[in-house]
Amino acid sequence: MTPTATAPDGRAAPWAAALWHAVVAGDESTAADTGLAALEDGLDAECVLLDVIGAVQRRVGEEWAVNKLTVAQEHAATAINERVIAALSRPPGGTPPTPRPDAPPGARVRPGTQALSGSRAPSGTLGPSRITVACVDGEWHALPARLLAEVLALRGWRVDFLGAQVPTAHLIAHLRHTGADAVALSGSLVTRLPTAHAAISACRAAGVPVLAGGAAFGPGGRHAELLGADLWAGDARTAAARLTEGPPRRPVGPPFADEPLKHLLDQEYTLVSRSAPQLVRATLNGLRARFPALLDYTESQQQHTAEDVSQIVAFLGAALYVDDSGLFASFGRWTAAVLAARHVPVESLLHALDLLSAEVRDFPRAAAMIREGHEAVRTWQGGTGE
Amino acid sequence: MGAALQSAPWPLLLAGVDGRVRWVNTAATALLPGVDAGTPLARHAPSWLADAHARRDRQAAGAIAGRALRAEAAAADDTAGVLWWLREESDEGSAPHVPRTERERARFLADVSDALLACTDPRECRGSTALLAVRHLADAVVVVGAGRGARPPVAAAWRGGEVVHGRLAGNAAEVPGLAEALQGFPPVPSRWLDAAALPSWMLPEAFGGSGPDTGSDALGGSGASGGAESLDGPGSDGGSGVRGGPHSAGAPDSADAPSGFGDPGALMVTPLPGRGTPIGALVLIRRAGAEPFTEDDESLARLFAVRAAAALSAATLHTEQAAVAELLTRDTLRPGLRCVDGVEYAVGHRPADGELGVGGDFFDIGPASEAGGETHVVLGDVCGKGLEAAALTGRIRTALRALHLLEPDHQRLLRVLNAALLGTDHSRFATLVLASVSRRGDAVAVRLTSAGHPPPLIVRRGGGILAAPTHGTLIGALPEVSARTYETTLRPGEACLLYSDGVTEAKGGPLGTDRFGEERLRAALAECAGQPPEAIAERVQMLVADWLGGRRHDDIGLVVIAVPRRQGPPW
Repeated sequence: MTPTATAPDGRAAPWAAALWHAVVAGDESTAADTGLAALEDGLDAECVLLDVIGAVQRRVGEEWAVNKLTVAQEHAATAINERVIAALSRPPGGTPPTPRPDAPPGARVRPGTQALSGSRAPSGTLGPSRITVACVDGEWHALPARLLAEVLALRGWRVDFLGAQVPTAHLIAHLRHTGADAVALSGSLVTRLPTAHAAISACRAAGVPVLAGGAAFGPGGRHAELLGADLWAGDARTAAARLTEGPPRRPVGPPFADEPLKHLLDQEYTLVSRSAPQLVRATLNGLRARFPALLDYTESQQQHTAEDVSQIVAFLGAALYVDDSGLFASFGRWTAAVLAARHVPVESLLHALDLLSAEVRDFPRAAAMIREGHEAVRTWQGGTGE
Repeated sequence: MGAALQSAPWPLLLAGVDGRVRWVNTAATALLPGVDAGTPLARHAPSWLADAHARRDRQAAGAIAGRALRAEAAAADDTAGVLWWLREESDEGSAPHVPRTERERARFLADVSDALLACTDPRECRGSTALLAVRHLADAVVVVGAGRGARPPVAAAWRGGEVVHGRLAGNAAEVPGLAEALQGFPPVPSRWLDAAALPSWMLPEAFGGSGPDTGSDALGGSGASGGAESLDGPGSDGGSGVRGGPHSAGAPDSADAPSGFGDPGALMVTPLPGRGTPIGALVLIRRAGAEPFTEDDESLARLFAVRAAAALSAATLHTEQAAVAELLTRDTLRPGLRCVDGVEYAVGHRPADGELGVGGDFFDIGPASEAGGETHVVLGDVCGKGLEAAALTGRIRTALRALHLLEPDHQRLLRVLNAALLGTDHSRFATLVLASVSRRGDAVAVRLTSAGHPPPLIVRRGGGILAAPTHGTLIGALPEVSARTYETTLRPGEACLLYSDGVTEAKGGPLGTDRFGEERLRAALAECAGQPPEAIAERVQMLVADWLGGRRHDDIGLVVIAVPRRQGPPW
């Protein structure tokens, strides 16, 4: 659930810029002070979360894509952003901002985020007000979900935030234990879509409606509906607004048959994902034959190449799962952009796609997707794709 | 379709022979959100309706969002499709639809199994049982659970009403046949039971006809409807047992009031068979003037009770296990401390797939009792998984907390712990690593001792990684243990990682066959120098999860101890 728009009046932008500098400098205390100062300056708490912290987090992702931050730096920046959120929750003697007026009826405030959520008294009614916010298993980008959790708490929901990489069994046990009215599932990694599907089905089977969000669910959330989610929202603000209209109805009856996923019956997804290690090995061997220079790579470089090929196969699997060739093509363009930013020739990617295409020639859907991806990379002219 | 049908107060739904919805009216959309022209009926409608449609039945009955509904095919032909007309069961109100033919009975029992299969919570299960019984067997039903207290939990339903949860308001012995049924005696034939002797608190009037939030007074007083059953958990408060649609909470329609129930005419009490002793009983009541229970009805009710009891047993077991697992792992896996005496801690954990999600890994962080004192950290792994392992981890944690108070020396402490474990359970052993952390001005002194665990890795400020030269024997297997302690100092910006071998043993990678290994772990840590501990923990967990790529794995546990930098960039 990546927040999209910045504050309408642009007042958040200078704060976001200030926070960015503190975050990349690893300066935790200045970062926290910046967040608090933005609140004291009269910026809405939701605005600080989504348009200051959220904006910085988006920029972290963008800078990584153009090779200005390493993955480790991305983690450190995220950790500092997390700490800013924590600091906002407990300001030293600061005045808690007023909660928004559009809390759902019967909403109860999550304990522990007093600064952000104010001290609204629980109204006593058993309203549809408890929500679990979690990331799909294998998903470690927890910050968008954390921001949604904070925004929902601000709006008066009772929120249980489970964080990154939540195993589905653990999620279901938690839903049953807390009697959640809804669950918000966040996913930004397309390769986790099959796992997301399992989680969505399990939540619905447990009688809890699912709001899906995050980049993984595709433009317009098209994969969310396909995988059976009850609601989809592109960003935290929309998610909160949709939930404020009232939580979705509890799913009834046993889970429905996966009519929209009929294409899985061709077994291409199953075969490709089960034979992923063999496909990676064959592609690597092919690359070594085409580029003898690969043999002179250091072990760590070889490891990276193997991981890149493995990533291609994983995306192919995800694209087959949701039957979306556009997904694989945009992955191709995105990878081309990332490679270019790291001064790696895009030809290597084209060769890898060629080799992989030969390996899956017996799978018509997979072969067509690779063809389309190959074309997308070949004609790639710059930019970061979709 | 006409505007009149569109605005009809009853949900109407036209579905084609292909199983797809062709048209719905407003009331149907309200009842079944998401149902729309073009969508498959099975996707948004409950299976009882979709199945009836597929079988080309002319009528069907089931529940949607806690409401008992009857569906009738008002018009049907192969080209236009079938117009389903849905109405509340309560509309007809007269008599239960008792399945009489073999075929009807088979379908009824299959529907019962389907409906109860989804219940994993005993309360929900009792509610569904009451609803199913009142639809097909009797005019009023009370499902009595077997509580450990004097007042067992009950779910009640009557024709035209909602499910009401509460507790038995009086003594079970006052209800003809109930005490016998709860004690496991053979069921008393219905004709021997005097319905007129039913105490008033077992009759629908006593349920007040009001909603479940306010109406359970007659069934056991205030607070009875929520959480009084110790293992039901907080999730089961409020709402009807069949999870609440809008009709199951709030003020009921006046039509729901059971004022017209009248006198009971026939009574049947059937045990819900458990393992050895019954886990409850089913009290079925028919109005005066209605048919008495025939022998066929009684045998059907017993078949029904067997299925309901099986579901209830499974739900009870499931809930108890979840509660026990939660209880045992609550502290073990969530030390819940982030900063002690200016030293920061972060933990990461992922249990192996398996028994109740309870692995053999455990953590503890015992904060220093005074400034400058030692904070004791332990990361350990007992052999085995599940509840037995969880119980042992609890014992070790408690023992260590006590031993730390008495014995500052790690080696002697491990010797005592070993002796204690040997005395209790010879089949189980543990590996662990101890860290005792104390502030010394700007820097932090750390004593590290491994007992059969991978040696901790120390992340120096420049990115240098050192494996602490400590090693020792595992605990609880051999009469004598030895260990070597390593003492070091962490300066600001430095960190120490304790980890279980689930990290380095993780098998996967691009080719699916390689171990993650210590080298990769060291390389990852070198990039993390100077970072906050939760960033380090997250980075390692992420790399291992990626490496595994969904393959099975052992418990993965890690603790990062970090001394915050003085302000300044880490890179």
